[in-house]
Amino acid sequence: MTIRVGEAAEAPSFQKAAFKLLDDAQLRKNVRHATDVISGKRAIVVKEQQDWQQLRATASAIKQHTLAHLDEYLLKFEAACTAAGGHVHWASDADEANRIIVDLVKQYGGKEVIKVKTMTSDEIGLNKAFEANGIHPHETDLADMIVQLGHDKPSHIVAPALHRNRQQVREIFMREMGLSELTDEPQDLTNAARQYLREKFLKVKIGFSGANYLLADTGGVCVVESEGNGRMCVTLPDILITLAGIEKIIPSFRDLEVFLQLLPRSATGERMNPYNSLWTGVHKGEGPQHFHVVLLDNGRTRILADPEARQTLHCIRCGACLNTCPVYRQTGGHAYGSIYSGPIGAIVTPQLFDMEHSQSLPYASSLCGACYEVCPVKINIPEVLIHLRGRIVREQQSGANIEAIGMKAMARVFSSGRRLEAAQRLGRLGQWPFVSEGWIKHLPGMLGNWTAVRDMRPLPKQSFRSWWREHEKEKKEGADG
Amino acid sequence: MRISLFITCYNDTLFPETGKSVVRLLERLGHEIEFPLEQTCCGQMHYNTGYQQEAMPLMQRFVEIFKDAEVVCIPSSSCVAMIRDHYPKMAEATGDPGLIKAVDRLLPRVYELSELLVNKLGIEDVNAYYPHRVTYHASCHSLRSLHLGELPLRLLRKVRGIDLVELNEIDQCCGFGGTFAIKNGDVSAAMLSEKLRCVENTRAEVCTAVDNSCLMHIFGGLHRQRTGIKTVHLAEILASTEDQPSEDEAQS
Ligand code: SF4
Repeated sequence: MTIRVGEAAEAPSFQKAAFKLLDDAQLRKNVRHATDVISGKRAIVVKEQQDWQQLRATASAIKQHTLAHLDEYLLKFEAACTAAGGHVHWASDADEANRIIVDLVKQYGGKEVIKVKTMTSDEIGLNKAFEANGIHPHETDLADMIVQLGHDKPSHIVAPALHRNRQQVREIFMREMGLSELTDEPQDLTNAARQYLREKFLKVKIGFSGANYLLADTGGVCVVESEGNGRMCVTLPDILITLAGIEKIIPSFRDLEVFLQLLPRSATGERMNPYNSLWTGVHKGEGPQHFHVVLLDNGRTRILADPEARQTLHCIRCGACLNTCPVYRQTGGHAYGSIYSGPIGAIVTPQLFDMEHSQSLPYASSLCGACYEVCPVKINIPEVLIHLRGRIVREQQSGANIEAIGMKAMARVFSSGRRLEAAQRLGRLGQWPFVSEGWIKHLPGMLGNWTAVRDMRPLPKQSFRSWWREHEKEKKEGADG
Repeated sequence: MRISLFITCYNDTLFPETGKSVVRLLERLGHEIEFPLEQTCCGQMHYNTGYQQEAMPLMQRFVEIFKDAEVVCIPSSSCVAMIRDHYPKMAEATGDPGLIKAVDRLLPRVYELSELLVNKLGIEDVNAYYPHRVTYHASCHSLRSLHLGELPLRLLRKVRGIDLVELNEIDQCCGFGGTFAIKNGDVSAAMLSEKLRCVENTRAEVCTAVDNSCLMHIFGGLHRQRTGIKTVHLAEILASTEDQPSEDEAQS
């Protein structure tokens, strides 16, 4: 199976991308400010929810159960959605999904599409596919619109334009909307966006959405958002097409009770999303009269097949792990070379896409555990990162690589107390070329990354174990004498 | 009580003062200490970097060496986390019922130093004397895996002469992360620089923690920038008394 992901396939390694981004003072300030604000709001509303830990455990259990019976629930969804007048399409990879969607738009004679925020469409590179076929997609979620108009890339899974501040948004709007006057006041910026979008909402006949949840029992689809632009996209057009990863399914309408409490608090620090849109099939005389759902695999069943990594599919894309991640907070999302950034990106991207650069992602973490702590569906991200590191090491073991040789040598040293002691003696002798005036300030090779900004003490004259022997002897002599 | 010490490979090699302090402290409190010389490493570095296969025999050695211990004391929260969070799964993977059982029975007897003192031995005031301005850095594993919370601070508050100052953004990672500091040196440096700023803002002379790994990282930066701030493992502060100041103290 080929999984194609457009531009991300050529992304540089995390280290390379991060090196550049760390120099961008404006970006770091924007990212720091935004993540601080969202994390702060989240902390307050999570604290007030007495049964938060139970909710997390329940959500995790629902997800585990659903994934264990994914085939049944998907078929159930298909039957219910079809019965309600919808059409269900199955896409095994990005190319197939793009083909199905482009064909549908052509079939309805559309030249333009209004979109409400769908990361999955970015995953498959849908906008490119649209443009290649003469179809113009309009992003209507404010942040996605800022990214689209700025010819930019999303940097956060919930707030794609998080790396931009008001002043930058003002510039983009003035340039792209041809405005001669605009302040950077939120009210003014929103008004400009509203003017720009209203016209599209009324004119464009085809709407396109993602899905936060697919409900297996009713065949319904649920999208949550803050602006109401999504509500317009799923109600005003004649035709609605929804793209959803197969992991978005939950067994029943009732399960929303759990997720609609967890998601907004985790994502934006709100008690409830301002707009929760739910629809099932089509209704005569009301809303879109044609409804299609494209169910996308694109590597998801492969993740499902790995018991250690399966929990990756629990993700409800709340972004809490990004906001709390000390690595993401330094670099922002672009360093991850994929629309899925931060800790969840570091585990999703290498599993979904066989990309060169994605091999660097499982190492883009200090394993501090902050992501696991905030994750509303209890994905043990550090555990999955370690698992993926193991996979990378196993795949790379064929070639002689300095790290593997070093790690194996260390493992031998640790295979007995005596060997460790011998290595300690050797180390004390071997370190002298690097010690100057009692300190180690330069180390060769990869270790030079340490001494680039940090000093190091040389090995002390005596190891603990050698001190211990003397200590024991003294004690014994003390007792004997 | 008979306490077996697992001093960890890097404390043994790089920070012998920590081990000596643990011995001095626990002996002062009237306990009998043993240090099995066969011990080496818990396997954390290998395991976390993706060399899980190489970590396996290290796990087996650890269990073999300590399986009959009354309690095991480890002055490093990340090593305790390695043992608690990963050993059961690793043992499971071997399919060896004897090993699975041994891990299961050993785990409740493994304590990080402050856990041992406060939770097991029920002591907060260890009669220490340390007349310095000190700030405490909560390492990630101590916070999110061991959930030590206030334990180390409770011990520190009882130290005579200490001027304890709170560290801002205490729950932020210092950027060490084992091989992360090497593999992602630049991001690690960016994280470190924020940590250093917080440490310096406390105007402390000493930054302490329950992990020498973080302290080595933080100190590496503090020393490079010639801040004059020292890092000292919690054990050294607790071992220090008026009659017998910590080794470092004696030198200065
Ligand atoms: S991994 Fe968890 S915290 Fe991160 S986006 Fe997904 S659900 Fe949210």
